[in-house]
Amino acid sequence: MSVSANKSSSPRETGSGMERFNAIRPGTNVAYSTLFILLAVLCVIPVVFVIIISFSSEASIGKVGYSFIPAEWSTDAYEYVWHLRNTRGMPTIILAFLTSVGLTLVGTLMGLTLIATMGYVLSRRSFKLRGIYTTLIFIPMIFNGGLLSTYVVNTQLLGLKNTYWALIFPLACSSFYVIIMRTFFQTTVPDEIIESGKMDGASQLRIFVQLVLPISLPAIATIALFLTFAYWNDWYQASLYIESKMHDLFPLQYVLVNIEKNIQYLANNDFAMSANTTVLPSETMRMAIVVIAVVPIMFSYPFFQKYFISGLTIGAVKG
Amino acid sequence: MSKKEIVLSNGKKIQKKSKFTLDDLQLFFLSLPTLVWYLLFCYLPMFGLIIAFKKYKVAPGKGFLYSLFNNSEWCGLDNFNFLFANNKATTINMFRNTIGYNIVFIILGVVLPVTLAIMISHLRSQKIAKVTQTAMFLPHFLSWVVVGYFVFAFLSTDNGLVNRLIMSMGGTGIKWYQKDAINYWPFFLVFLHIWKTIGYSMVVYLSSIKGIDESLYEAAMIDGASKWQQTKYITLPMLKTIMIIMFIMAVGKIFNSDFGLFYRTTRNSSSLTSVYLTLDVYVYNSMFNNPRPVYGYISAAGFLQSVLGCLTMIAANAIVRRIDNESALF
Repeated sequence: MSVSANKSSSPRETGSGMERFNAIRPGTNVAYSTLFILLAVLCVIPVVFVIIISFSSEASIGKVGYSFIPAEWSTDAYEYVWHLRNTRGMPTIILAFLTSVGLTLVGTLMGLTLIATMGYVLSRRSFKLRGIYTTLIFIPMIFNGGLLSTYVVNTQLLGLKNTYWALIFPLACSSFYVIIMRTFFQTTVPDEIIESGKMDGASQLRIFVQLVLPISLPAIATIALFLTFAYWNDWYQASLYIESKMHDLFPLQYVLVNIEKNIQYLANNDFAMSANTTVLPSETMRMAIVVIAVVPIMFSYPFFQKYFISGLTIGAVKG
Repeated sequence: MSKKEIVLSNGKKIQKKSKFTLDDLQLFFLSLPTLVWYLLFCYLPMFGLIIAFKKYKVAPGKGFLYSLFNNSEWCGLDNFNFLFANNKATTINMFRNTIGYNIVFIILGVVLPVTLAIMISHLRSQKIAKVTQTAMFLPHFLSWVVVGYFVFAFLSTDNGLVNRLIMSMGGTGIKWYQKDAINYWPFFLVFLHIWKTIGYSMVVYLSSIKGIDESLYEAAMIDGASKWQQTKYITLPMLKTIMIIMFIMAVGKIFNSDFGLFYRTTRNSSSLTSVYLTLDVYVYNSMFNNPRPVYGYISAAGFLQSVLGCLTMIAANAIVRRIDNESALF
């Protein structure tokens, strides 16, 4: 069985005469279209709702609650977020945003390196250790050490507690991605290219970097996007490995986890009072931070969606 | 794992035949970083599971290995008593939730996306199909923390949209995160799971549908098959393999749960515990929200989860292999 990875995401072409002849009845089509439009709205409306809340004034929340039609619009929440300072005088949310960006960049690069090299090595049929490697990669797919022993090993043996590395390493690699990569190399990179490299006396590293990688960009892009979104959305690793007193290490998503406690912390903070508003807009402010965490995703994913689809299609093919 | 093992396990003669070439050595070094990663982050924790069979005590000032091997006694299966000893109700509740939600998720997670994928592939307007599909994919890219805030915007007791609507119609608001609303939460959790995953799984099935040979439908149409008959006799049988693969993967995770769904959307409210307490939540709570965590018990829970999960996956795969060898995952 092989599902082509290059199929685009649009439904079947309706161009051919035969296809038009075989189409569903107009009434059915209207019903289906309505259903899908409703489902689409259902999926997007919460984001719109939170954006509206974040632009409501705190007084409006008190009056009409969280509402699609606020009594009064305001950008107080964002001004306040902009002026928030931590105890060392650094802008809290901007710092968390940059932390998230940094973790995402470093993590994605590291993950790509680990996944692509292993995927390539596994795709080489002549490699003597291929059998052992395949088993080694396969076992973690069906068996793992569980949360406690992972936690104990990472904190007590590897000393990752309260470091950025604790947020990077555990998410960097996964057997699922390695297998996607291996399948891609096996099916699309011709052996002749690698043989020709060897004939010219190139090392495997050089063949990999200079010959294989440039023609594997679709797979690289797919994995890179999987990793990017995983790192950007991660709050779980932070909740495991970053103690809640280490505010400066928080990525954006973890600021959201801790905000209930933090709003008090922020409010008591002398530096926070440089904003124009004197009342802490706590209700709208958390929604503003949610918006800051969501907007980058919302505006980027439609462009990258096709890579995800090709990725999960390759992944669905058993190796 | 290095070349030594191969030599040892293959014996001298074979070693001569399949010599470890320079090429192999280069490939080995190329894969070394990933190999180290697997060792540290996958295999070490697996060996860490022996905590489940020890009375783990931290030796102050000494390392983890010292604590584990020199400071902790073997205690056989004692740690597994946590299941039966003092909190039987919690244990039953925990397993019931974990498996119950997963069964509902597995059934709905096949039926709904397959239905929707077939329907969307029938849409006449490509544009509507494309735009709605993109929109339905959005929840997949959001974290449960963010989704938790969405839920809060609707369900907050004081300001939430739902309560404000109820109040504007003269009713009294419901304390959604309190005991009063406990019967609604199983439905909320199922809804949220479907809401977040449906776009993704729909696309998995849709891309398989698009891989089906067009001429099959044309032939069926010429023979006078209706749209329903085409679906029943062509599309569904062609989707069988991918449905089975998705099924095995889901069954293998039957003792795991989507932690964020259960922990974040309920705001970890203690009055709702009986609704969202799954094995994962139990392990997390006893590690981080318990002032005196008993490592042995927690590790025993984790051990059960890992081993049972592994066994169910192998069993599910074996059953599939018996029915249809081609569709088995491994």
